[in-house]
Amino acid sequence: MRREAPQKLTDYAPLAFPAIMLTVFFVIPFGTMIAVSFFQRQQGGFYTPAFVFSNYERFASLFFANVLGFSLMLAILVAICCVAIGVPFTYLLTRMSRRAQIVWMVALLSVLSLSEVIIGFAWSTLFSRTAGITNLLVALGLMQKAVALSPGFPAVLTAMVYQALPYTILVLYPALVRLDPTLTEAARTLGASPLRAFFTVVVPALRTTILATLIMVFIFALGSYLLPQILGRPQHWTLSVLITDQAIYQSNMPFAAAMAVFLVLVTLAMVALTLFVGRKREAAA
Amino acid sequence: MTKFLRHSISRRAVLGGTAAAIGALSMPSILRAQDRSLKVGVYGGYFKDSFDANIFPDFTAATGIAVESVAEPTGEAWLVQLEQAAKAGVAPADVSMMSQVAMLKGQSTELWAPIDTSKIKNYDDLLGQFVNKYPDGRVAGIGAVAWYITLVTNTDVYPQAPDSWAALWDPANADKLGLLALVSNSFLLEVTAKTYLGGTGALDTEEGLNKAFEKLAEVKPNVRLWYRDEAQFEQALKSGEIPMGQYYHDVTGLAAADGHPVRSTFPKEGGIQDSGCWALSRASDKVEEAHVFIDYMSQPAIQATLSRKVGTAPTLKRDLLDLTAEEFASVSSDIDPIIPRYDLYQTKSDWLNQKWTEMIVG
Repeated sequence: MRREAPQKLTDYAPLAFPAIMLTVFFVIPFGTMIAVSFFQRQQGGFYTPAFVFSNYERFASLFFANVLGFSLMLAILVAICCVAIGVPFTYLLTRMSRRAQIVWMVALLSVLSLSEVIIGFAWSTLFSRTAGITNLLVALGLMQKAVALSPGFPAVLTAMVYQALPYTILVLYPALVRLDPTLTEAARTLGASPLRAFFTVVVPALRTTILATLIMVFIFALGSYLLPQILGRPQHWTLSVLITDQAIYQSNMPFAAAMAVFLVLVTLAMVALTLFVGRKREAAA
Repeated sequence: MTKFLRHSISRRAVLGGTAAAIGALSMPSILRAQDRSLKVGVYGGYFKDSFDANIFPDFTAATGIAVESVAEPTGEAWLVQLEQAAKAGVAPADVSMMSQVAMLKGQSTELWAPIDTSKIKNYDDLLGQFVNKYPDGRVAGIGAVAWYITLVTNTDVYPQAPDSWAALWDPANADKLGLLALVSNSFLLEVTAKTYLGGTGALDTEEGLNKAFEKLAEVKPNVRLWYRDEAQFEQALKSGEIPMGQYYHDVTGLAAADGHPVRSTFPKEGGIQDSGCWALSRASDKVEEAHVFIDYMSQPAIQATLSRKVGTAPTLKRDLLDLTAEEFASVSSDIDPIIPRYDLYQTKSDWLNQKWTEMIVG
């Protein structure tokens, strides 16, 4: 069937619904947020419509730069860990029998049904001194005495990777299933070890998918605000935690909005940079 | 999401809260339709349920005034609504339970109708901190409910109860404390001032505040958890994972009564006393009924009922109440309380918040 370019105005009708949804649920709220970020904060009160830069000025400090830097670093690390675990896992998964694949998929999907709160509390119990996994290691004679593994950076990272991994696998799965098995077979016939075939054939063939997955997990992780609070120390709080503090506890909407706008801009810049680098490398290759 | 975390008994469930009551806002429950009525805003959730069950029916029976209780969200959302409605000449509630900081913010726009103290029989018996006054002396609000934040410990880990807030600074307690994460709900600056700087008056000047911050920063190595969610700390306290910290006196008492190895101690410097006021919107035309209501709520018998049934500290002098020593101890203490410097959270909130965040994060 040949697709014809839309001729009349009514041909665009199917676009109306998504366009309205996008406007109502994204464009308007986001526009409001940008507007509020320029409003004047009334200390001890609320805010008044204005056009001032003071909210952005307050944000431009070493303190917030550090928090922003940490948030980005954490999100990048989560993305890398997820992809590093997710790609080999999904690859092996696609090589399994249909039955085994279904069981794994159901298990992964069930992780998605857990809320961030439950994940946070479950890991804080697992990492605790009184009831945590170190007690198991003590019982096995591997450790002298139980210790607390949380709060701390590894605890935050583990829980965030745990939370994002099912998404990673779900995004990678279709691409890996479609991957032509004859490619690896050819590599094996030519004498490559399975490991070598994986890194020299499978991974390069999936470059675009991997890049897209990295970006998705990065953005997903950047919004996390509960896990760093439950499992981290204050120095592990992300910018999202501070935004929440300002919006909910200090009722400083203009400042919260300014931070959120800045976070969105930085995110977009990071994504653009990643795509740009990826495309350049592709062109070079 | 945040709602899930909260302890079902805790009324701070609502106090710290965000979303809990918003859904209920539009659904006031009418107790009895009568000629005289009053709309009363109460923190949604535990408080509203307790008042609906234990207080309002008796009030209607005693005065003939029907109460329509309105679940109000905590924080400042309700203040904003009252403020905007008052500008349009309407009152979503005639009398509302308001936090102390919200009282001050409302004062700045004359939102609260002055209360005629001659109509409050027990006015002279109220403890001083429960009368909220305009700078010119008019009364803006009368104490509604009060509660304490005290020094709590796990009895397995600490067989001996600490007797001073100074225990927070003790190097022996490294990595053992759970403290509230915000300057405006932990009131730790006041605790520092009372414990080390001779009283909360030391916070009047920026120099004094800086000194308090400096002293408080010494606590950091001892803190394992800066919590926003009560459930998180309560669970860790019960298990001994985080064996010491600041927490709510009444909830800790309930946990101890359930057999958990926890105790709440009033340090010799005093527990932190936080409270809410009854305040009348200037847009309300139910001035008469509102005074009857506030008068009724300030009676010794009703205050005693509140302590027994709702778990709040009485707003009246103790000798007027028929609470037994045990009942009194479960909600309050004779030790002079630390009363938060609410004025600072209005006039210097951004500065304090920034300094505080930098202190605990840095």
